Amino acid sequence: MAVDATVPRLIRYRATNICVSRGGDRILTDVSLTLQPGDAVMLRGPNGAGKTTLLRALAGLLRLDSGAIAVEDAATGEIVPDADPVVYCGPLNATKSALSVDENLAFWAALYRAPKERIGEARAAFGLDGFAGRRAGALSTGLARRLGLARLIIAQKPIWLVDEPTASLDSRSAEVFSSLVERHRNSGGAAVIATHDGVDLDRARRVELACGAAQ
Amino acid sequence: MRALSAIILRDLKLAFRAGGGSMQAVSFFAIVIVLFALAIGPDIPLISKIASPLLWACALLSTLISLDQIYRADREDGSLDVIVATSEELVVTCVAKAAAHWLSTGLPLILATPALAILLNLEAGAYGPLILSLLIGTPGLSLIGAFAAALTVSLPRASLLISIIVSPLFVPILIFGSGAATAGAGGDPQFMSNLMLLGASTLFAAIFAPLASAAALRSNLD
Amino acid sequence: MPNIYELANPVRFERLARPAIPWLAGATVILLGAGLYFSLFNSPADYQQSDSVRIMYVHVPAAWMALFTYTFLTMASAIGFVWKHPLADVAAKETAPIGAAFTLLALLTGALWGKPMWGAWWVWDARLTSVLILFFLYLGYIAVWRAFDDKARAARLAAILSFVGFVNIPIIKFSVDWWNSLHQPASVFRKGGPSIDPSMLTPLFLMAIAYTVFFAAALLQSMLNELAARRLTRLEAAETKTGSVLVES
Repeated sequence: MAVDATVPRLIRYRATNICVSRGGDRILTDVSLTLQPGDAVMLRGPNGAGKTTLLRALAGLLRLDSGAIAVEDAATGEIVPDADPVVYCGPLNATKSALSVDENLAFWAALYRAPKERIGEARAAFGLDGFAGRRAGALSTGLARRLGLARLIIAQKPIWLVDEPTASLDSRSAEVFSSLVERHRNSGGAAVIATHDGVDLDRARRVELACGAAQ
Repeated sequence: MRALSAIILRDLKLAFRAGGGSMQAVSFFAIVIVLFALAIGPDIPLISKIASPLLWACALLSTLISLDQIYRADREDGSLDVIVATSEELVVTCVAKAAAHWLSTGLPLILATPALAILLNLEAGAYGPLILSLLIGTPGLSLIGAFAAALTVSLPRASLLISIIVSPLFVPILIFGSGAATAGAGGDPQFMSNLMLLGASTLFAAIFAPLASAAALRSNLD
Repeated sequence: MPNIYELANPVRFERLARPAIPWLAGATVILLGAGLYFSLFNSPADYQQSDSVRIMYVHVPAAWMALFTYTFLTMASAIGFVWKHPLADVAAKETAPIGAAFTLLALLTGALWGKPMWGAWWVWDARLTSVLILFFLYLGYIAVWRAFDDKARAARLAAILSFVGFVNIPIIKFSVDWWNSLHQPASVFRKGGPSIDPSMLTPLFLMAIAYTVFFAAALLQSMLNELAARRLTRLEAAETKTGSVLVES
């Protein structure tokens, strides 16, 4: 399926010297990261290095102490105002266990202002077709994770920020996820994936968060 | 609009499905009324006389116990992130969340009121003013209550803290609401002015509480 | 004009505050002594209330302070919220218990005054009831500070609550007055000038100034304590991270 048509123009996502604190402690110091169209960034680092914090900061969910995040047109370099190009999948699946798989997908489709057809598309992409009417609370951990990741397809944003996507997935599902990321990159999107284990991607940039090396 | 109605519909579904909060709030409402009556004793003229203010105060308490989950459930499963990230105006989203709370808690409480009023021997002329005052006042309770829920969303639990925060802020709505219900029953000319002041309090809450809720939610993301 | 950031520097603040406290404490003792002397011995007994009117000199300024400190708290919160000054947040935090103490003093003396005047400790007088609800607002504010471990977040949330409380105070006051219109109208200031005897005004204002100076001394001292406590926690977490940096391979 061609995703190209839904990405209107290629964008570059640029974080410059961002600093983030939590609970009075500095977590990130002068972190800069530029995502070009087609980029895949494998984010690594020991526990507590701030991988989740970085993803949340890139998603615009955290207050920055300093630094800036800008969205540029990849061709012209112009700043794109009000772009909102990010979809963030954190460690939690953001599903309601009392709602069915399709009800959860439909809720996200409404929030991301996505056409209704994309519900079926997302369900198929993550192999959830057999579970459309199943309560999300009755899904196994792996299936629940796939449902959580299906947000990426629903939202159809150029920048994917994904935290430990494959931790609870079997190897086949992990391959499916990798192929979805490849398809996303081929259509001009970019992804940052925080992971310990093997998400297998071609030409991925490897980036490491290292503790306390500043100054 | 689609996103807002989706949020409201989803919250209603969750509230009315098995394990949802609506039934619990209404049950609590009924039980507290019965406990009050038992504490007072079978003095029917006295119970009948204080029925309106009693129903008002107990509706307020039932609202109070249902506030904790407004935002906490969404935070615990991660959907608060999605809601905040996709909100064009977080303030408007906060209005939708408060509206969903009123529809799933305030409205069922009002629907249960006539039955409980019969238990308390409320005089016939008092039903109209009581229901009308609840209809105007309880949305204000939901708006202010949702603010307290947003303020405490990042704590593991906060029912008690929410009660402390919210109770003084509920005072004007309780005074004007209960005042309108009582005055209306006695044909008191103060009825209208109480009702107007009650409406003004709810409108005031509708303007300020969502602003404060949005600011509190942003400060609570981590 | 000195730079506001320079004034808000904790080190500079400590250098200015520490020597000021003994002077303020001394002034409190003198003013309080003078105020109490005038209140108890050098002002007329009331025609109707006789000597029990003297409770007023303790009660009325305490009620003024209860409102003044909440206003001060809100202003400090606003400065902390908008300009992100930790010192303003500390000031707001430390104002609350002092304000709550003044509020409690007003409530207790109000009850003491009520007994001879109305024959009961508590008659749901509108003004005292408003002060009681103000006391609950203080309790909520203090509870929010205590509930959150993260001081920066607690400061922002407590500030938001103080703004909500502040805009609601006039509404609560109005609603309680409405609820009980059997109250004494505020009678110290009137358009045509003070309506009570000037000999009563002197002790009232002396007490009010004494309370204000006491507030300043107590606030500075508790701010210093709080700053010291925070420095201690920071020292204990001596291995505090400098934050992660990003390395691309």
